Amino acid sequence: MPDARRRRKMACGAFLILSIGAALGAGRVAPQAAAAAGTTSLAVFAAASLTEAFTALGKGMEQRTPGLRVTFNFAGSQQLATQIALGAKADVFASADQRWMDSLRERELLAGTPRAFARNLLVVIVPRANPGHVNQLQDLSRRGVKLVMAAEAVPAGTYGRAVLAKLDRAPGFPATYDAQVLRNVVSEEDSVKGVVTKVQLAEADAGIVYRSDVTPAIAGKVNVIEIPSGYNVVATYPIALVKGTLNADAGGQFIALVLSRAGQRILQDHNFAPLNPP
Amino acid sequence: MGQAHRPLPRSSTAPSPGRRTIAVAVIAATAAALFLALLVLPVLSLLIRSSPADLLRRLTNPLVVQALRLSVVTTCISTAAVVILGLPIVYMLALQEFPGKRLLEIVIDLPMVLPPTVAGVGLLLAFGRAGLAGRVLSALGITVPFTTLAVVFAQMFVAGPFLINTARAGIEEVDAKYLRAAATLRASPAYTFLRVILPLSYPALIAGAAMTWARALGEFGATITFAGNLPGVTQTMPLAVYIALESNLDVAVALSVILLLVSFGLLLALRSVPFTARK
Repeated sequence: MPDARRRRKMACGAFLILSIGAALGAGRVAPQAAAAAGTTSLAVFAAASLTEAFTALGKGMEQRTPGLRVTFNFAGSQQLATQIALGAKADVFASADQRWMDSLRERELLAGTPRAFARNLLVVIVPRANPGHVNQLQDLSRRGVKLVMAAEAVPAGTYGRAVLAKLDRAPGFPATYDAQVLRNVVSEEDSVKGVVTKVQLAEADAGIVYRSDVTPAIAGKVNVIEIPSGYNVVATYPIALVKGTLNADAGGQFIALVLSRAGQRILQDHNFAPLNPP
Repeated sequence: MGQAHRPLPRSSTAPSPGRRTIAVAVIAATAAALFLALLVLPVLSLLIRSSPADLLRRLTNPLVVQALRLSVVTTCISTAAVVILGLPIVYMLALQEFPGKRLLEIVIDLPMVLPPTVAGVGLLLAFGRAGLAGRVLSALGITVPFTTLAVVFAQMFVAGPFLINTARAGIEEVDAKYLRAAATLRASPAYTFLRVILPLSYPALIAGAAMTWARALGEFGATITFAGNLPGVTQTMPLAVYIALESNLDVAVALSVILLLVSFGLLLALRSVPFTARK
């Protein structure tokens, strides 16, 4: 009987260890499977506004590097920073503003110094059918116009509010322009792509987005109202390796590609402004 | 039990029935413990993270107050609307046979299995400015997306089935002899429903309404897709949790704990209500 009990205990212990091991292992299945297939998987967390440009860059890198798979997590920079701070496995982080890159640097979650790699400008888009009769920036302050912006924590939301504040002092704009426009906001989206969607569906009368968001797929569905350069805000995008990455080499190569002349050309093809203005 | 069925000396490799029972019990207990850990740990972590004093202080944060008020108002309206508009359907499903009944049941159940984001896209395409019904409504000067009304629509869509299914089950349990008695006394169907059936099955109606309310309170995906996110207008508690998580973790935790306590209290209250009236 003691012998049987011991065996029972051992079986029980073995089961526990196995099940805990299985539970812990489940979280690591993907990298192991990838390693078995002889591939490296690079996880790039990038601002939603980089969706098209980075997808193109990633494809180019995969073609040139056999065995490399680049996977992207596109979302509002604030969301990505939160995910990384809470332990998401990212190799590279590309933010649409300095604020969220800094939030990771302060927590010592970055490996290396962030480098600026792109610049972007803001524009106002309105649905082609223009249900709100928005033809110029002044129209945004007209009562009843349905404006959609990114939330304040989202870089596009921060920049957009800064533009509105600047326009208060522009000739031909009322001094309370900023406040009047913000009263017309009907939704604060959690990424700039959410703003694009609402305008594209013609549910919003206007939205404040990046110039790079007016992709070929969107261009036919919206009209663009430019913001005069003196009152626009230049969004600068930093990129960095994330601390604890197991793919520092591939991550470094991706960052190098983004900064290379070829990478910069792809970004400019997607309506980003050159890093060093001529 | 091991004493009564002491294993007979058989082949030494074959496990005895007693031992096998214990092994099964151990496996089952381990499985249950793992599953319970999955359920309980997140709840515990939320509670440990915030002290009651902290929670009370956060309760005065304007964002929290706005979201809480909006959630209470919209969920009460949507629950009341579901009860009023849903009762005729409950009556039909519980007491009548008609062609297409199975199809109607599927239509009613669909929101329970549909991803809420999909519900949001559907609502946008139906009640949006360019949508099927939205075009008619906007001609009448009514806009739904980005308004508090859109929040109510989204909640009604995802939570309605809970009322209909629960109330229907309760009514189906009402003894048919009361209905026959009512019929013999020439009570009209409406009179029978209001004065006989409802008084006999009201606990199920209350339970259904409470579950509808709770589901509406937790609604997220359809709301953020269809109604957008604007503090005070469409930003309900779950949306506020999601948005706060990105900028202020403490506020997100406080909001979560409030939702947790409300849900717990509701389930506790439901336990004390008898599910169906005594017959």
